[in-house]
Amino acid sequence: MNNLNQLTIKQAKEGLKQKKFSSLDLTKACLDRIKEVDGKINAFVTVTEKEALEAAKKADELALQGETLEAKPLLGIPVSIKDNFCTEGIQTTASSKVLEGFIPPYDATVVSRLKNAGVVIVGKTNLDAWAHGSSTETSDFGPTKNPWNIGHLPGGSSGGAAASMAADEAIAAIGSETAGSIRQPADWCGVVGLKPTYGRVSRYGVVAMASSLDSPGPITKSVEDAATILQVLAGKDPLDATTSPNPVDNYFSSLTKKISGLKIGVSDEYFNGVTEPVRERVMEALKLLEKMGVKVKKIKLFPPEYTIAVYTILQRAEVSSNLARYDGIRFGHDRSYFADEAKRRIMLGTYALSAGYYDQYYNKAQKVRTVIVEDFKKAFKEVDVIIAPTNPWTALPLGASKSSPMYGEMADALVEPSSIAGLPGINVPCGFTKEGFPVGFQVIGPQFSESLILNVAYQYEQATKWHEERPKL
Amino acid sequence: MKLTKDQVKHVAKLANLPLTDEEVTKFEEQLSETLDYIDQLNEIDTTGVEPTSQVTGLENVLREDETKPSLSQDEALGNTKSKQNGFFKVKAILEQ
Repeated sequence: MNNLNQLTIKQAKEGLKQKKFSSLDLTKACLDRIKEVDGKINAFVTVTEKEALEAAKKADELALQGETLEAKPLLGIPVSIKDNFCTEGIQTTASSKVLEGFIPPYDATVVSRLKNAGVVIVGKTNLDAWAHGSSTETSDFGPTKNPWNIGHLPGGSSGGAAASMAADEAIAAIGSETAGSIRQPADWCGVVGLKPTYGRVSRYGVVAMASSLDSPGPITKSVEDAATILQVLAGKDPLDATTSPNPVDNYFSSLTKKISGLKIGVSDEYFNGVTEPVRERVMEALKLLEKMGVKVKKIKLFPPEYTIAVYTILQRAEVSSNLARYDGIRFGHDRSYFADEAKRRIMLGTYALSAGYYDQYYNKAQKVRTVIVEDFKKAFKEVDVIIAPTNPWTALPLGASKSSPMYGEMADALVEPSSIAGLPGINVPCGFTKEGFPVGFQVIGPQFSESLILNVAYQYEQATKWHEERPKL
Repeated sequence: MKLTKDQVKHVAKLANLPLTDEEVTKFEEQLSETLDYIDQLNEIDTTGVEPTSQVTGLENVLREDETKPSLSQDEALGNTKSKQNGFFKVKAILEQ
């Protein structure tokens, strides 16, 4: 048996069911691990030890009283929550000094759904301030380090969440993605990250970034765990009018389906500028999938480099509007507390939306967005899913995000197009570079095809064991 | 596209962001660099293309107009540092 903190949700549930250990044992193991390694990697902004121990004891009592894991599928499971989800009574900062000391009087829908499912929250994880970035280096509470090499970045913005998985500081993690913020750090930290279809998971109570794109989702140690979490989170929420009324699939029943005969699209445009070790690992993964019976088909997709420009405009414009509310009156500090990255984004968005420029920038970007949406629709007439590298590079050294005001966009080039079209995508670990950095690929599907991409990811994962590798910390 | 210092100051004023002179110089350069990049969009022909703002196609989402439990006045005021008689206290915006 592994140390308890190393378990997946599936393994933890089996152990709890067979009474091999209690939720309190599991929770203490995670809290001990946080004490042991978080000084090195800084994955957490806030550790909620007292609340976690209470929640674990309560979960154990409920289990004794006959509460089942069928009714509460995450009963007693310790999770970390990205610090841009409002948590009642627990400080929520979005890793910005503007919100330091802010204690929300309510839970985000994602958090209340997790609590209803029985989770134990062990703490709030670090992110790029306001989720603006792909490094977790712009956090006002210091950078998170990559557990595979603490001289390198974990990616971002959900860098703390991904690092908390690679370092086994919790059993599962919750992140959020606007364009890359789940898949990219999951890739760099060698774990699974699922960005659902836009509107599949409620945004209510998430510190808003770009409202037409924001998508909460799981970062986990296995594909099956991602399905478990998504099953809890997915569904219509009256508090978020953009959540979809589409029925929620059973994400487990399709995991074990054979994938032979599936058509997988691969586009050369997604290999431009991709470093050699990443390209090699992804090609090896495609070869293995071919052996498993899928058909790999070359397709042509809209070049990702243009998507960067679309995303930059949409994101900045929506940020400038969303962050207008932080005036230090109802909560938090005043606007002098914003750091450079947020200021840059607010100002560019304000400029793009200001009189005389709306058509040139925001409206133009929304039109190109239509072109991208249509381009994917055309592709999905030819193939079932698309596979591509998640990131052109493996984890970069600390400090890399300061090289350019466009660093984040470059890092997210391969995940932005699918985000802009509202599509679901999942990062799956597929090996390592010679230097020991994790590499992943992403499976992208049509809107609301989470079952299908989870199926492909699961089948690949079961045929390999990359997801079981852990860094030595 | 190059932004001038005056444009940076104007945008900062619209966004209510206090900037130092050094910041104005820094952002003048950085924002111009980003604007140069996004000018690539002009290479894409969007004649006759409608803009997309809602990717899953939802329109006019309505709900029943019913009252539901909400935060108490004390809870709503719980995080502010400036309150008076159960209200948020703000700076005057109109001159007397």
